[in-house]
Amino acid sequence: MKDIRDAQRVGRTSDGRLVERPLSGHLSVYINFDMVMSVGHRVTGCAMAVGTIVLVWWLVAASMGAGAYDTMSWWLRTWIGYLALFGWTCAMWYHYCVGIRHLVWDTGRMYDLPRVNQSRLWILAGTGLLVILTWLVALV
Amino acid sequence: MSEASDLKIDTRRSFLGRAIGFGSSNTGFSFWWMQRLTSIALLPLTPWLVFNIAALVGQPVTAVHAWVGNPINATLIIATLLCAFHHMHLGIQVVCEDYVHTDISRMILVLFVKAASFLLCIAGIVAVLKMAIGG
Repeated sequence: MKDIRDAQRVGRTSDGRLVERPLSGHLSVYINFDMVMSVGHRVTGCAMAVGTIVLVWWLVAASMGAGAYDTMSWWLRTWIGYLALFGWTCAMWYHYCVGIRHLVWDTGRMYDLPRVNQSRLWILAGTGLLVILTWLVALV
Repeated sequence: MSEASDLKIDTRRSFLGRAIGFGSSNTGFSFWWMQRLTSIALLPLTPWLVFNIAALVGQPVTAVHAWVGNPINATLIIATLLCAFHHMHLGIQVVCEDYVHTDISRMILVLFVKAASFLLCIAGIVAVLKMAIGG
């Protein structure tokens, strides 16, 4: 290779071989479900950040007494409150499950495609299960 | 990815030369590590907090006071808040740095996120302490 820009994409593995560094995925070329899941991890993370306002509101309202707490409960029991809480629980448990896979990936395990196919199902199943469990505890 | 035999660098430039100016500012590791540490701490703390709050749904505020009034619960709620907001502001900072390309807007946004996380975290802790100690 002659071009310095190409050379910058070349790295050396720990055993000394030259390899091309992987490029990031180009959405206009192809897109698959794992890419959507990866973006979903970010999106749910940002959504949860907004959700922490509700958590702090809950704590502050409770500390202020029955009046503030009942007002907050009333708001959370409107349809928009239920929608926000449902979205928040989905976002949270999804982020939680994908986060566990990220921690496993950090140890270098489960990187191969068959394992990714497997863990993808665990993540989706785990998210659904935890969301249902949360709402069962909350409403039953 | 190409086979190793296909690759050969002909440009006369050392690895060091190519790395200089693109490299780390030496704060990356602690950023990465704190993100991991807080996430590991949140593995048990998140379900604990969420399921406890879910169990308090529909109960009067006195039930919340009784639950937060337990020093162990108060300690764990504050630990959860500290980890969650630290994890959160690191994560949002990465998102801002990835998508906001104007230096001044990015800086304002990142500082705003840090300030908001910090204030929300303190508000939560003050509320917990008020219930736990103030009664």
